[in-house]
This record gives sequence, C-alpha cells and structure tokens, in this order.
Amino acid sequence: MNKKITIYSENPFYDKSLKTRHMKATIFKMVTLSSLLFSLGFLIFFLSDIVIKGLPAFQQTYIQVDVTYNEKTVKSTRKAVNKEYRRLVSRSWLRTIPQQVIDNPNLMNTKIKLWILADDQVDQYLKGHHHNLKPKYIQSVDNLVKNNATKLRFNIIFFTRGDSKIPEYAGIKSAVIGSILTLIVTMVVAFPIAVMTAIYLEEFAADNLWTQFIEININNLAAIPSILFGLLGLAVFINLFGLPRSSPLVGGLTLAIMTLPIIIISSRAALRSVPDNIRQAGYGLGLTKIQVVKDHVFPLAFPGVMTGSIIGLAQAMGETAPLIIIGMVAFIPDSPNSIMQAATVMPAQIFTWAGMPERAYVEKTAAGIMVLLTILISLNAMAIYLRKKFEVKW
Amino acid sequence: MKINEKNTAITVNSLNLWYGDNHSLKDVSIDIHNNQITAIIGASGCGKSSFLRCLNRMNDLIDNIKIDGEIIIKNKNIYDKDVDECAVRKYVGMVFQQPNPFPKSIYNNVAYAPIKHLMVKKGSACDDLVEESLQKANLWDEVKDKLHSPGTALSGGQQQRLCIARTIAIKPNIILMDEPTSALDPISTEKIEALMLELKQEYTIIIVTHNMQQASRVADYTVFFHLGDLVEYDKTKNIFLNPHQQQTEDYITGRFG
Ligand SMILES: Nc1ncnc2c1ncn2[C@@H]1O[C@H](COP(=O)(O)OP(=O)(O)O)[C@@H](O)[C@H]1O
Ligand SMILES: [Mg+2]
Repeated sequence: MNKKITIYSENPFYDKSLKTRHMKATIFKMVTLSSLLFSLGFLIFFLSDIVIKGLPAFQQTYIQVDVTYNEKTVKSTRKAVNKEYRRLVSRSWLRTIPQQVIDNPNLMNTKIKLWILADDQVDQYLKGHHHNLKPKYIQSVDNLVKNNATKLRFNIIFFTRGDSKIPEYAGIKSAVIGSILTLIVTMVVAFPIAVMTAIYLEEFAADNLWTQFIEININNLAAIPSILFGLLGLAVFINLFGLPRSSPLVGGLTLAIMTLPIIIISSRAALRSVPDNIRQAGYGLGLTKIQVVKDHVFPLAFPGVMTGSIIGLAQAMGETAPLIIIGMVAFIPDSPNSIMQAATVMPAQIFTWAGMPERAYVEKTAAGIMVLLTILISLNAMAIYLRKKFEVKW
Repeated sequence: MKINEKNTAITVNSLNLWYGDNHSLKDVSIDIHNNQITAIIGASGCGKSSFLRCLNRMNDLIDNIKIDGEIIIKNKNIYDKDVDECAVRKYVGMVFQQPNPFPKSIYNNVAYAPIKHLMVKKGSACDDLVEESLQKANLWDEVKDKLHSPGTALSGGQQQRLCIARTIAIKPNIILMDEPTSALDPISTEKIEALMLELKQEYTIIIVTHNMQQASRVADYTVFFHLGDLVEYDKTKNIFLNPHQQQTEDYITGRFG
C-alpha cells in the first residue's frame, strides 16, 4: 500500500486565545472541586468527632468487689461495700440491694465477690477523660486495675433504661419510645390528610387564582421556622383543647402540622409526574374520577409519595424546637406507654444531656447523636429502597 | 350535508368552542354516518382534536373551556344536564395519538374497564371478553401466550392495537381515533388501517389524520377543517378528486398547510 505523502503546514488550528480560555476552565474546575472537598471535609470531621466522642459510651466500666448482705447493709446500703471501694460503685446499684435480697433471700448473711457497675467518675477516669476522683480513690481504682478487677462491658443500660441523674444509669430508651409514639401520631395524622390534599389539588381542583393562592400558602408553610409550630401547638392543643403537656399526642400533632406541607408538596410533585395520557386513557374508557385516581394515577405516584413522606418523617424526627415549647424536653426516667403520658424524644434527650455538667454526659450526648443518625440514615435508605421497589417500569 | 336519520350516528348542530378567548370551533354542523369511517383532515391547530374531544365529552376535563351547540347521539343531546359523561365515553370510545396502555398486564389492560362498568365479573366470562376483544383487535395471536406480561412491553403498534382492544372491550358504538398511527412505523400503520376496515362493520369510526393517503385509503367520508371552520364534508372520493371549495383543493394539493 502506498503511503500518502503529506506536506505538513503550520498548525491551522492554532488559536492564541485558547490557552487562557482553557486555563480559566481549569481554575473553575479547581474552585468547584475544592468546594466539594471543603464540605466533604466538614462532614468527615463532624462524623468522626461524634464517633470518637460517642463510641466510649457504648462500653461501661464494671469493678469486682466484695459485697456483704446482712440486716445492716440492707438498711444502709453504702455499708455493703468495703469502705475503700464504697465510692467506686454505682449508687444506683447499691440502691437495688434491698430488692435483690427480697428476690433472692438466700443472699442474706453472705459475702460474695461480684462484678458491679462502677461510678461514672471511675468510668471516666479509666477511659482517660476528665474526672473528679479524690487521690485516695484514684489509689483504690489503680489497685483494682492491678488485680484485674476492672473491665469494660457492653453498655446494655444505655439501650434499656431511660434518663437518669446518675450518669452511668442514663439511657436513651425512653427517648426512643417517646420518638416512636410521637412519630406514629405524626404519620397517622399527617399522611392521610396530606395525600388527600395533594390528590384534591392535583386531580380535582381547577387551576385558578384560588388554588394558586392555596399553593403559595402551602409552600410558605413549609418555610416557616419550626418553633412557631410549637407555639401553635401550645396555643391550640394544650391551652385550647386541654391535651396533656409533654405528651406524644401533642408533640405528634404539632409535628404533623409541620410535616403536612412537606408531604403535600412532594405528593403533588409525584402526582404531577404521572403522564397525563394515563388519565386520558382512564377517562376515555368512561371511568370515574376515583377509578382513575385510585387504580391508575396514585399507584404510579406512590413511590414518590412514600419518599416524600419518609423524608418528612425523618425531618420530624430530628425536630427539637417546637417540642421545647410544648414541654417535651423533660426529665423522663420511665418509658411512656401511652401517647397521653409525659415523654421526651431523641433530639430533646440529646439536648438535655448536652446541657448536663457531668463529664460522663458528653459521651452520652455523642452516643445519642449516633443512635439518632443511624435511625435517620436507615429511614432515608428505606425511602430509596421503596422508591426502587415500587417504581413501575414503563 | 344532511343524511337519512336512520344512517346517522352523530348529529352536530352549531357547535362552538372557546378555550378562554380563543374561538377554536366555529359553528360546526355535521351528520356523521353510521358504520362508516369518517376522516377529519386539516392543518395543525385547526381544531380537529378539539372537535373529536367534544364528541365524547373529553373536553370536560379541560379548565376554562366553553362549549355551546348540540351533539345528538341516539336522539339525545350529550351535553344535556341529565347525561353522565362516563356513560357517553363508554358509548363513544377513544384511541389516542400516543399508545397509552396502563402499566399493567395485557389481560388487565383489557379487563379493567369492563369490570368497572359491571359488564362482567372476574372469571371465565371476563377471560372470554378479553379474548374476544383481543381477537377483534387482531392482537390475540401475538399475545395469547403472554397475557400476564406488561402491556407496556409490547411494540408501539401492538400497544396501539391493545388500546383498541381495550376500547372495544367496553362495547362502544362509536370509536374516535386521534392520529392513531402518527407515532407508528409504516407496517404497524398498515395493520391498524386494515383493522379499521374490519371494525367498521360493527362500529362507527371517526379518525383524525395528518396523512392524506391514509384518509383516502380508509375513509368513506372526509371532513376538512380550516381555522375552526368546517370547510367541506363529502365522500372521500369527491373531496380528493373533485373538491368544491378552493381551500380544500389548496390543502389537498399541498399548496398550504
Ligand atoms: N387544552 C387547550 N387549552 C387551550 N387551547 C387549546 C387546548 N387544546 C387546543 N387548544 C387550541 O385550540 C386550537 C385547536 O387545537 P387542536 O384541536 O388541538 O388542533 P389540531 O388537533 O387540529 O391540531 C389551537 O389553536 C390550540 O392552540
Ligand atoms: Mg391534534
């Protein structure tokens, strides 16, 4: 094959301005990239800070000491433990001695070596945090350590108990249950009302000034600072209807009002994204409005409606400000078992712990945040999963 | 063009339609023949679809619309207060430009509406109706083994025949088709045209088309619209070979439109 001979000329594509133009593009790319890195850095910093602070809270110190059970120590439980170690064990545990003896009478007049929950100061000392232990107790703790009489155990208490003024006995359970009860109320109220409103506005209402006015107001409602919803809840549900303060019922209703516009807006968007030719197909067959909406339009909008609702739910779950106003930031040691009892919610519990003076609450705060974030991330993952699962393939 | 009442499927008297201030149909009067195919032709935006949608009250769904005049089907003005638009649409079925099967199985696409209209119950009667409708739409042989796969997975032409089957299933007397083949390839188009010629034994068909050859191939009668006016209505042969109006002649010879 004959190779064609080319006479090379000067580059005809040469353009002097291109060099600077390309450089501008490169700089622009760097700016956008560094913004991304900047926000990513913040996120990583925030998360690792929380995890580093919070992880220790999932373990709690236990110490092995002799416990004496007799008439005297049942009355004055402090005396059950040798003077040297008395201040090192949890006061809450000592308080359970009389009950232990009632539950198991054989314990009376015995002296046994037991692993006992340690005082929060001991725990903090052993975790290397700030503590207020007196030098002589530090000595005792060091002795225990030397004798292998201290160990860290998984902190089951954190997940099985409510709040407590004794840090080693404080847990998140009553806040989790409070959150669940509150959010059940929120969803039971907000979901049907919001979806029905969205269906009315999208499928029934004519597009006129009146509906545009409503639409603008719903959008504005979504932008109102959430604390104002708390004031509304206080004025309406507590003062007007006389519902119990601090209860999941009032909290749930308040959050429901706050969540309504979010679900309405996302449901409307989902309904609007259903192609109009599906409606035409339905009406063209002489179907009634409810047959078209219920059987053809809504199923297609459903994944979007679900996603919007779960995002609304997640937002409600992280909300604190309105709940402060209606008294849900309270000291709740026992889990509520109805929506009428006083309760607190996770973010409010975190808020309470963050304000406590004892060092031990710092790690509880961070651990609480970790639990909350885990639930929120799972909810979002569920939203994505549901959308994928129910998405109708065309 | 006045025709023998016995052979009339639809009588339209002085139909006017406004979208807001836009006067889109101007004093249209026409008698549509029974068991014939009537084609509606005209340039884009002349009101063909608007006219078609009046015939089964699909225009009721549009906000800000005003319709006056009479459309008489079975000796009743379908715009009378005591007429339910759902009943009208059951009697006057419609097939759209874009095939729009429901995102459901082929079977359910056909069975859904008859069940909702309480024409059949689920079960063998319904199975029979689905088969009969798909047979009439010349689709049965292609889908009989996959009745429970999604209707949306069919080819465009099959989807359109599925839509026709779905319309036939509720036993209408009149079928409106708004450019039913404009989204389809020539072979699918041919199949639909052949189907229309079969269906005219049982149904009155009104078809809007952009395609003049299509009108001349399938239609017995042709209506020409121009800017909301009904300009000419005659046997298709006359319209194409021997139009009376200058505008009609200009349009079919391609001088404008
Ligand atoms: N839903 C509607 N709202 C407002 N105007 C419309 C609507 N549909 C059609 N029109 C107007 O009515 C006129 C006729 O439209 P159409 O009936 O769709 O014409 P064709 O089907 O012949 O192309 C056009 O001017 C169009 O802009
Ligand atoms: Mg049209």
